[in-house]
Amino acid sequence: MRDTFISELCNLAEADSRIMLLTGDLGFRVLDEYRHRFPAQFLNVGVAEQNMINVAFGMALEGRIVLAYSIANFASLKCVEQIRNGPCYHNANVKIICIGAGLSYGQLGVSHHATEDIAVMRALPDITIFSPGDDEEARECTRALIYTPGAGYIRLEREGADLSGTRRESFELGIPRVLMEGKDLTIISTGSMSAVALEAARILNAGGLSVKVLQCHTLKPLKSERVLEAAAECDAVFTMEEHSVEGGLGGIIAEILLEQGRAPSLFYRFGIRGGFTSIVGDQKYLRSEYGLDAESIATEIRMRLGKVRTIKVRGGKKASSGQAIIR
Amino acid sequence: MDKRSDSIALAKQIRIDSLEMTSSGGGSHLGSCLSCADILAVLYGSIMNKNPEDPLYAERDRFILSKGHAGAAVYSALARSGYFSPDELKTHYQNGSKLSGHVSHKDVPGVELSTGSLGHGLSVACGMAYSAKLEGKSHRVFVLLSDGECDEGTTWEAALFASHRALSRLVAIVDYNKIQSLDTVESVLALEPFAAKWESFGWDVVEVDGHDHEELSAALAEDHSGLHRKPRCIIAHTVKGKGVSFMENTVLWHYRTARGEELENARDELGADSEWAETSGE
Repeated sequence: MRDTFISELCNLAEADSRIMLLTGDLGFRVLDEYRHRFPAQFLNVGVAEQNMINVAFGMALEGRIVLAYSIANFASLKCVEQIRNGPCYHNANVKIICIGAGLSYGQLGVSHHATEDIAVMRALPDITIFSPGDDEEARECTRALIYTPGAGYIRLEREGADLSGTRRESFELGIPRVLMEGKDLTIISTGSMSAVALEAARILNAGGLSVKVLQCHTLKPLKSERVLEAAAECDAVFTMEEHSVEGGLGGIIAEILLEQGRAPSLFYRFGIRGGFTSIVGDQKYLRSEYGLDAESIATEIRMRLGKVRTIKVRGGKKASSGQAIIR
Repeated sequence: MDKRSDSIALAKQIRIDSLEMTSSGGGSHLGSCLSCADILAVLYGSIMNKNPEDPLYAERDRFILSKGHAGAAVYSALARSGYFSPDELKTHYQNGSKLSGHVSHKDVPGVELSTGSLGHGLSVACGMAYSAKLEGKSHRVFVLLSDGECDEGTTWEAALFASHRALSRLVAIVDYNKIQSLDTVESVLALEPFAAKWESFGWDVVEVDGHDHEELSAALAEDHSGLHRKPRCIIAHTVKGKGVSFMENTVLWHYRTARGEELENARDELGADSEWAETSGE
């Protein structure tokens, strides 16, 4: 996904000399093509991320579109105040690139787990937040990131999923994509977790349920229409993210549903619960540790559906306590 | 009047305005405003290329107040230079005003950057100066720091960057009044040998009396040698609370608001001889 981002960035930088890429001394090999093709649009500021954000901001005030690139939390959490007081308050074109979203760098340890960044960044006013699910969406989000005026933030995973078979709609800022239609329950996901959401949906569909899946490539703004439609169609809504359940996508969706008076009978946030993990493992391994693999999710959804006393299913039937929903 | 007498008159007006603004609005940081009044007066009165009719014209020199708590002094310098009406100063720190205690750019012509959290200004100035350098532009970027904000790590990140990138159009002025929020700089977190620190970071360092307009002007003037490749740091030795005897060199007047007899005495010492804000900026 990060390679796709760089590839798209090269396309855009070639046509637009306002684009600058700043790095905090990271991007070994990954940035090679860019830095060799566009040396005048590249700057390594050294291992000094707070200075990087402010240098980017100063350059943006002079008319440039400046990307600030680093790993995981270094350009986000470490620099929250620089981002807030600078590009957000001044509506300046600074775009923060978070490489290694979620548990992408699982084995590197807690310092490299970007699992609270959505919550922190979305609390800032006047910033656009992207979380693409696969390579094609990374391209779309990169273009939108660069050409949506003001501050922006994109979380990129090392490897994207492949959502190509399920993507039928064009990209629109702030509008979740429908990856799968269904009528019994909705899973709303973001990033490459959407591939896991689809896999879990297929397991549930094979068991007789009808699952709708939405992918949120934009987390801020996130327009409410699609979410409200899904909640109207399905009385059970689940969110999924490779991020803490506190303040992330689950929180966004809960806020939308409650404020619109559309709370479903069943709502549950899949994500990281229980704090830090010191267990070493790759992304796939840690997902399963957190119960964020397709099998665990499908099992948890079945269990939760079974516990709900009454829930609307297709045809207006109700599921009873202790029973799995049947078609 | 020549530029020197202009800048001296402006410094006097900045001091009077800062006193009146912080008193009427109940604001603080008067001591910090008084200590940098001469620096601002020389910059706005004679050094910077500016156009109050077109505040954002491309060739202007940029000024950043990194010690954002001296906002009242900058608002005064701008109003008295014609960026907006001096009457606006009367709203400072009051409900519904645009003029916050720490300097804000929103709807305030002439303010390049909102600050208030220390340690940000020099980094942003680096970005501005680097961008200008890439484009071969000749304007300069001035940034005024407090001594206290040299405690901030980001100040030194920026200091490294500026010299590494040879930002010779960048000028950092440190208002070295030697008193920070709670105590003296020496007792909180000593900076000495201060000039040597900046020099070791690759800066061209000049030390001046920060209340002497001749010395300030000489240090802030263009270097036409063509050999100068370093960013310049001007360590301006100043007196916190300068101009009001009972405010000078005290920690108290970092936060205290002048009221009653103190206000009257301060007015007398500063030579505030007419109804405030009715004096013209011209």
